[in-house]
Amino acid sequence: MKTFKMGGVHPEENKISNDAVIEQMPLPSQVVVLMNQHLGAPATPVVAKGDKVKVGQLIGEAQAFMCANVHSPVSGTVTKIDTCKDIAGIAKPAIYINVEGDEWVDTIDRTPEIKRECNLEPKEIVAKLKEMGIVGLGGATFPAHIKYSVPEGKKAEYLIINAVECEPYLTSDYRVMMEHAEEICIGVSILRKALGVPNAYIGIENNKPVPISVMTEMSKNFQGIVVEPLKVKYPQGAEKQLINAITGRKVPSGKLPIDVGCVVSNVGTAFSVYEAIQKNKPLIENILTVTGKKIPSQHNYQVRIGITYNDIIKHAIGALPETTGKVISGGPMMGKAIVNLDAPTTKGASSVLVMDEAEARRNPETNCIRCGKCANACPMGLEPYLFSALVKNGRIEEAQKHNILDCIECGCCFFSCPANKPLTDEIRLGKNRVRAMMAAKR
Amino acid sequence: MTQGILIAVVVLGVIGAIFAVVLYFVAQKFKVIEDPLIDEVAEVLPGANCGGCGKAGCRAFAEACVAQGNLDGLRCAPGGDAVAAKVAELLGCATEAGEPQVAVVRCRPCNVGEKRRSNYDGLKSCAFAHSLYTGEGGCPFGCLGCGDCVNACLFGAIKMDAEKGTPVVDETKCTACGACVKACPRSVIELRNKGRKDRRVWVSCINKEKGAEARKSCANACIGCGKCEKVCPVEAVHVNNNVAYIDFNKCIACRKCEVECPTGAITDANFPAPVNKEKPAPKPAAQPAQPQTTAGEATVIEKTTPTNTQN
Amino acid sequence: MKLLNISGSPHVHSDESTKKIMWRVNLALIPMLLVAIAYFGLNALLISIVSVVWCLLFQWLIEKFIMKTPSTISDGSAIVTGLLLAFNVPATKEMILLVGLGALVAIGIGKMSFGGLGKNPFNPALVGRVFLLISFPVQMTTWPTAGKLFPMTLDTVSGPTPLMLLKEGGTEALPQAWELFLGHIGGSLGEVSALAILIGAIYLLCRKIITWHIPVAFIGTAFVFSAILWLVNPELYVDPVTSILTGGIMLGACFMATDMVTSPMSKVGQLIFGAGCGLLTIIIRTWGAYPEGVSFAILIMNAVTPLLNRWCKPARFAC
Repeated sequence: MKTFKMGGVHPEENKISNDAVIEQMPLPSQVVVLMNQHLGAPATPVVAKGDKVKVGQLIGEAQAFMCANVHSPVSGTVTKIDTCKDIAGIAKPAIYINVEGDEWVDTIDRTPEIKRECNLEPKEIVAKLKEMGIVGLGGATFPAHIKYSVPEGKKAEYLIINAVECEPYLTSDYRVMMEHAEEICIGVSILRKALGVPNAYIGIENNKPVPISVMTEMSKNFQGIVVEPLKVKYPQGAEKQLINAITGRKVPSGKLPIDVGCVVSNVGTAFSVYEAIQKNKPLIENILTVTGKKIPSQHNYQVRIGITYNDIIKHAIGALPETTGKVISGGPMMGKAIVNLDAPTTKGASSVLVMDEAEARRNPETNCIRCGKCANACPMGLEPYLFSALVKNGRIEEAQKHNILDCIECGCCFFSCPANKPLTDEIRLGKNRVRAMMAAKR
Repeated sequence: MTQGILIAVVVLGVIGAIFAVVLYFVAQKFKVIEDPLIDEVAEVLPGANCGGCGKAGCRAFAEACVAQGNLDGLRCAPGGDAVAAKVAELLGCATEAGEPQVAVVRCRPCNVGEKRRSNYDGLKSCAFAHSLYTGEGGCPFGCLGCGDCVNACLFGAIKMDAEKGTPVVDETKCTACGACVKACPRSVIELRNKGRKDRRVWVSCINKEKGAEARKSCANACIGCGKCEKVCPVEAVHVNNNVAYIDFNKCIACRKCEVECPTGAITDANFPAPVNKEKPAPKPAAQPAQPQTTAGEATVIEKTTPTNTQN
Repeated sequence: MKLLNISGSPHVHSDESTKKIMWRVNLALIPMLLVAIAYFGLNALLISIVSVVWCLLFQWLIEKFIMKTPSTISDGSAIVTGLLLAFNVPATKEMILLVGLGALVAIGIGKMSFGGLGKNPFNPALVGRVFLLISFPVQMTTWPTAGKLFPMTLDTVSGPTPLMLLKEGGTEALPQAWELFLGHIGGSLGEVSALAILIGAIYLLCRKIITWHIPVAFIGTAFVFSAILWLVNPELYVDPVTSILTGGIMLGACFMATDMVTSPMSKVGQLIFGAGCGLLTIIIRTWGAYPEGVSFAILIMNAVTPLLNRWCKPARFAC
């Protein structure tokens, strides 16, 4: 069984919402659509206060290179164009829309019928990805049209679909594979065509035997799709680790996957690519898991982007339990703790994870006992304990020399540290400092 | 027996002599000729190596002074005018007396302790918390309270006030070296002139959000209403980006703005009596600015702070 | 509802903790304690208890009155130090008193003077042991012979250990290898039975508290080096099997050299560290003034650890 070569940990899986069928989240009375739901510059609003919009209408246009279009997830009236505080409480440009009915743009095909044929040329596919505002749904929200425009002089050899879902608790990819296997395979075929690669590999960890068999069965109907079961190990879903697990190649320091001929996309992205290319549906919905050990019920929802976390919690479980200690957007290893529950969801949101006080609270930090567990767990072969000391003492240049920028912030070091040192936090701080130092030098 | 001692003495003596000769020649060969003035200048510097001057330490500062021949652009904040005068005397150049400064905390968060809105459980570093979220009180501009400035201060002049959640500067120890200013990721701390008799007035808020938003984050926030700007007799106060700023070079410390401020965002230090905030009008906060009140305020201030030098 | 907690990711943690590691090491030391009580009786029990109690007391006192920090004695590390110190002294009644002095040096100088657990460059138990060995050479090298099982008396008959026999140049009177393995020989409390040490070491390996690198490199190097000597002159030098089963090599390799705090972190570093320990042990045994060299070898290699950490970096994923 394949896996990546170095480091890694095995956190408790807690995939308790695996069997919750995807439900449709009802529309709220108002949505707030952030203008930067993707990596890069914010989109520019192209509607004004008072405008009537339909579902799927372009409301934010990508004008910078690293940017993605934003479409209205609901129909109604634009009430204001202002800023809105995101989950961290930081104000971001946003469009507020009052929901009135559910009127979709005419071009979107809303029939349940599955459309297999795609006659578009690779260039047209990429252009359509851009038009539909598709971004990577694996967490980094990298604009898809940039990823699938292979730069001059580089050649894609592998298309890798990330269905690993190595984060504990998350089950949105699991459910998508169970319920939309055919659409995913069509989406993968389209992406394969866009890149012009012979084979696409779908990496799935072997703790998901049912999706593996479902996908394997389905992939037999398609040319050039290989389902690759992988040994369970976190962070298998990290781009570099997944490439290593499937192809054995290693992305060099400071390079991109395309430099070793690989393009990696999430399985959720493949599904949204299908909807965008075959059904003309922009990225206005995503699959979101509502889970937690201490909440009354587990859910997987299809939600419109822009609905607030409070609305989701209210619909799913009524209210947060008294003992709630932390609410996380994303998985427990790399997700973000939410401070502002009135913040809207974005394209990259994959879960609402409710942790109770006991599970969420970090234990007090003690002295480092130099056990080296952090270095053993590091999938990048770095020395977290060393960064911790260097950053604490302001020795930023040395930290850079020891390749602190290679860190993928997977959290394995903190996870495995018996002294509970916030190693990942310290490394993040160190990376920020190194970047600031490099910027100052330039 | 005696022979043994003799041999040991002779051998050690010879080894010693050889080393002495070698050392002598090596010392001659690698002699560094250095301006003796550098030592003299370094002697009068405080020797704290705080780096506030922008050099790597006091000796580097002395080298820079001597290389330059004057003190233009070089100032030792901890040493102040006394040290500047001594160094100028050694260098044989003129020096301008600078205004003594002190670090001032421009935040007074109200959402601390029981009132905070979240509980920070991560790395105790303001720089990291700043990259993560707004802060426990919810203000995206305010002090994060993790104490990066306390750690940066080499003189032990900053302490964290656990109750208030903000740092407190001990002005007897503060040398205005600026280390805390650099350490603060949100620029909450500013170096300001100490002021006459150490009395100074400043806006203890840097929240650039619009008034309503700012008030949501903090009851003491500056809402950019501009009352202080209007009341200032010397045009020292200006509101930019929804936040007022008092130019310490113009401010005469009359505290009229402090009386006027509806949110209490303006703070003073070292005045003998607290400012009298009672206003002649019954409900001044709810009403628009009343131009005639200024004269009344001035008299109130004169009564409460008779020692304050008014112009 | 309570306040929401905020922190950077990750938001979950493995259930590992320093405390758990230390208590597991204590658990792994129990077989040796039982064997020591079986062979040396009351003395062994008293020395172990006294040593542990003094270690805990000194750590508590130092933290309370000198360092003024919250007490950390519940993390179990002082007990590990106390037990290991006890395992490194002979089971005589003098040691019941002297071990307290060793505990003071081990905890006070070996550990707390550097800032407590995790900051000490040398293995504290060995610091205490070497202090005793140099200060009280006679008492520290007077070993009781292992007589009948469970002796309940404080007075002991002293006799030579296998290593002392070797130092005096005789290889005839040595016990058999199986005797050495079970530990029915003279020696320090914890080092006599290789079997008990192996049981503890296997437990630690299974719990992933130690890795195989240091013990294998240590014992392997000692074995190979003494085999070379033995092949050169079997008359003068002891055979390698006896060599690794006598003295403190097993105890040192499995419990003292593998101390996380004072051993290198990378695998390559650990192999070099172990090999250095093995080599130095045999060199000191063969040509040094002391019959046993494990303590000195480990302490010397402890001093090299920071260098090994600097030189032996883990292989990077992406170069």
